[in-house]
Amino acid sequence: MAIADTGSTDRQLAAGARRPNRLFKNLNSKIAAIPMIFVAMVVFLGGTCWTIFYSFTKSGLLPNTNFVGLDQYERLWSSRKWMVSIENLGIYGFFSLIGTLVIGFTLAALLDRKIRGEGAFRTIFLYPFALSFIVTGLVWQWILNPELGLQNVVREWGWTSFTFDPLNNPDIVMFGLLIAGLWQGTGLIMCIMLAGLRGIDEDIWKAARVDGIGTVKTYVRIIIPMMRPVFVTSLVLIGSGIVKLYDLVVAQTSGGPGISSEVPAKYVMTAMFGGQNLGQGFAASTMMLLMVGIILIPWAYLEFGGKKRG
Amino acid sequence: MTDAMSGPRGAKPKKALSRNNIIVYGTLFVVAIYYALPLYVMIVTSLKGMPEIRMGNIFAPPMEVTFQPWVKAWAEACTGINCDGLSRGFWNSVRILIPSVVISISVASVTGYVLSMWKFKGSEVFFSMLMIGAFIPYQVMLYPIVILLREAGLYGSLSGLVLVHLAFGMPINTLLFRNYFASIPEELFKAARVDGAGFWAIFVKIVMPMSLPIFVVSMIIQVTGIWNDFLFGVTYISSPDRYPMTVQLNNIVNSVQGVKEYNVNMAATLLTGLVPLVIYFASGKLFVRGIAAGAVKG
Amino acid sequence: MSHSVQIKSLDLQFGAVKVLKNLNLDIHEGEFLVLLGSSGCGKSTLLNCIAGLLEPTDGQIWIKGKNVTWAEPSERGIGMVFQSYALYPQMTVKGNLSFGLKNAKVPKAEIDKRVARAAEVLQIEALLDRKPGALSGGQRQRVAIGRALVRDVDVFLFDEPLSNLDAKLRADLRVELKRLHNQLENTMIYVTHDQVEAMTLADRIAIMKGGNIMQLGTPDEIYNRPQNIYVADFIGSPSMNFIEGQYSNGVFSKGELSLPMTGYEYVAPKTADRGATIGIRPEHVITGELVSGAPVKVEVDVDIVEPMGSDTLVWAHLAGKPFRIRMDGSARVSAKERLTIGIDPSRASLFDTKTENRL
Ligand SMILES: Nc1ncnc2c1ncn2[C@@H]1O[C@H](COP(=O)(O)OP(=O)(O)OP(=O)(O)O)[C@@H](O)[C@H]1O
Ligand SMILES: [Mg+2]
Repeated sequence: MAIADTGSTDRQLAAGARRPNRLFKNLNSKIAAIPMIFVAMVVFLGGTCWTIFYSFTKSGLLPNTNFVGLDQYERLWSSRKWMVSIENLGIYGFFSLIGTLVIGFTLAALLDRKIRGEGAFRTIFLYPFALSFIVTGLVWQWILNPELGLQNVVREWGWTSFTFDPLNNPDIVMFGLLIAGLWQGTGLIMCIMLAGLRGIDEDIWKAARVDGIGTVKTYVRIIIPMMRPVFVTSLVLIGSGIVKLYDLVVAQTSGGPGISSEVPAKYVMTAMFGGQNLGQGFAASTMMLLMVGIILIPWAYLEFGGKKRG
Repeated sequence: MTDAMSGPRGAKPKKALSRNNIIVYGTLFVVAIYYALPLYVMIVTSLKGMPEIRMGNIFAPPMEVTFQPWVKAWAEACTGINCDGLSRGFWNSVRILIPSVVISISVASVTGYVLSMWKFKGSEVFFSMLMIGAFIPYQVMLYPIVILLREAGLYGSLSGLVLVHLAFGMPINTLLFRNYFASIPEELFKAARVDGAGFWAIFVKIVMPMSLPIFVVSMIIQVTGIWNDFLFGVTYISSPDRYPMTVQLNNIVNSVQGVKEYNVNMAATLLTGLVPLVIYFASGKLFVRGIAAGAVKG
Repeated sequence: MSHSVQIKSLDLQFGAVKVLKNLNLDIHEGEFLVLLGSSGCGKSTLLNCIAGLLEPTDGQIWIKGKNVTWAEPSERGIGMVFQSYALYPQMTVKGNLSFGLKNAKVPKAEIDKRVARAAEVLQIEALLDRKPGALSGGQRQRVAIGRALVRDVDVFLFDEPLSNLDAKLRADLRVELKRLHNQLENTMIYVTHDQVEAMTLADRIAIMKGGNIMQLGTPDEIYNRPQNIYVADFIGSPSMNFIEGQYSNGVFSKGELSLPMTGYEYVAPKTADRGATIGIRPEHVITGELVSGAPVKVEVDVDIVEPMGSDTLVWAHLAGKPFRIRMDGSARVSAKERLTIGIDPSRASLFDTKTENRL
């Protein structure tokens, strides 16, 4: 690319045009953009830098600039609660990612089969997404109640040894959360997938029929590869949602039994606002930021770096 | 913008009751039960008396319908020292919701307008930063905002919480408006400028009347998002009598004292979910369009 | 003649791409000037600069003796009509027409008067209460013109206003525009890439290429005396035949072909010998009975004959190059035939092969 001709500005001034001051040009739009600039620069960028900065201090009840290097991080990674949180997030994240994608895509594909009552099914699958995680957590807490809920009903039906009590069993408590999380979030992914499927040229189906490829095979071999951008979008959405997992845990299990369903976001909240241990909170939230970065940077690279090359 | 969901497509329909059809409808039906069940359970539980609940079948319809749990959840349930039920949280949420939604839609629509029609040097950079900010975990920014609000003397107050909602609602709404306005033909904008309309006149007289659907979509997103918020409510409201509904609900249901009244809990839960549910069922396709538009960022 | 719009060494670049390059143009009061050029040559960009919708990187724009380089579009005394009409969809026709006047705080009675007059001129009185969505393409374009008309502007800017219309409507509106211009006597600057529109409407045509003006002249000058090969090639359909050869001593020659340029009007009185290209329009080739009276006669081999009704296009070979001849529709020619044609050097164009400029 050529470098802009710098000599032209001089000639401009010599021409004596009443060129308005650059700063005041488009002034209204600059004024209107102030809230955006404030939020982007002060709240998002400033806040993030602030937190990272103070994660290297010994802040307790109040933030202070008593630097301790990586102390907070060392304490964090040697804390059992944090390790449990990370492990839980891993389990929840893995199954939530797979589950949401599989269920979301399957439902979308089923709804895309020109079925009757598509609208009704879609309404049913999506309504949980309108509800808050608090409501979601509380309903499922009630349904999974061992004495009066699902387990009890099945036992009354005659299967007396039936046991399904995830909320009181540290080993499977994350799956109790998963059931609720999937219930709340799959509708969104289904909708996105359905939009993706509807965006695919109908001629593809005709071509596959002409070539004698079966329905399932067409989906796996042709349709899914074509929907790569939709899957990437879904992945990013699910991924950034998983890291934020907090309200659901608070409502459904409060982190229990014991600390067996703690998650990083909750760890941060407890450290910052419950434990008067700000430094830990900052360090833990910085780690969360890092996790999001690990999810998003490859995606951003693929999406935006790829476009430049293509 | 056309709705990508309109009308069924895909492969041609099979004959009624073919084996494939049974599988398709069977699967959908079973899955639909999983999705519908919690709503059903909430409703029936909230209409039963405690003795009936203790008998143990949460799926059974109420033998004797009672609205007592609803009354109690709304007007009598206790959190801490206050025993005036969820109504307090409801009104708090309303008081948070209305200014948040009105202001954030105004600000985001004008910002989107700037970004699509009045770009200036650097505007795209700020926008990119705003969008990146949308992916940062909220926890990272929670404490610095506490400090900002405290400096402004708003920490703990409803107005402070409104400001927080404004900030965090900004990326998605700005994106929504920017993309919608970008689809308005540029020549229309040029024609208006030749006609002597300035920044605000073009926005109010040309752009806004053309964009009612996107205002509705944005409103749906904002109302559900703000109503359902828990994290900011619990962080930035210092006193229980100003808690939004979700926070109060959680405190009522998960309070350790007293005998658990599941029917009251479920009535309270339903009450809290009612606003977004009504919006969802009333707005139908616009809701879908809103989340699809919001989901496909950038 | 007084100047209406003057463009002085205008530069415009998008990022590093220069779209307008040191462009100069003087437009007379009451003139109908057409900007003609292939897609992407910067016609719309120039028009937008004149309108004030784009900021030039350098140079000046004067309208009616005032430097308006940095003035707002509405302060320039211009009205603009767009290709896509750009009518405000939520306003009625009346609302569309009066929007500019309302912004200028014109009193209501005056607005009504001007809207009524514009509606009368454009014959859209019956449509005033309709929304643009309920109008046909032609009606929409009339409203778009009306929007400029009511504002009583000095200069009308048109950006391909007819190109979204079907052929018949386009011809009708073209005539109407001409009538309007005669009636209003405003300056009009009109962008198009349709040659017929340009030739029929223009007082002068500016042919643009790559951000420069290649030639500015009356339709007659542009057609008969193109200043360079680009203009010669661009104007006319089917386009001009070019034969590259040698010019020496008043004679153009290429192989066996030798054309004494008697009667040719040179740009410079004494033209030195050099490599030259001759351009001959297909419709200027002399055929039929007139051949006997032609200054120069040559024989060509016919390849293909395309009868088109009113006339017949003959593809032949001359001096080893494809050569198009436009004949009367009644002429009977068949492929593979040897045809004698006449050439009148005074109607041909001679160019320097290197500089591509007219000799
Ligand atoms: N906003 C812009 N940013 C970058 N380049 C632009 C922009 N607008 C126009 N261009 C480039 O400037 C050149 C001239 O564009 P312009 O629209 O003036 O062409 P035009 O002569 O009107 O063509 P057409 O007949 O197709 O309308 C084109 O090459 C175009 O790609
Ligand atoms: Mg153009």
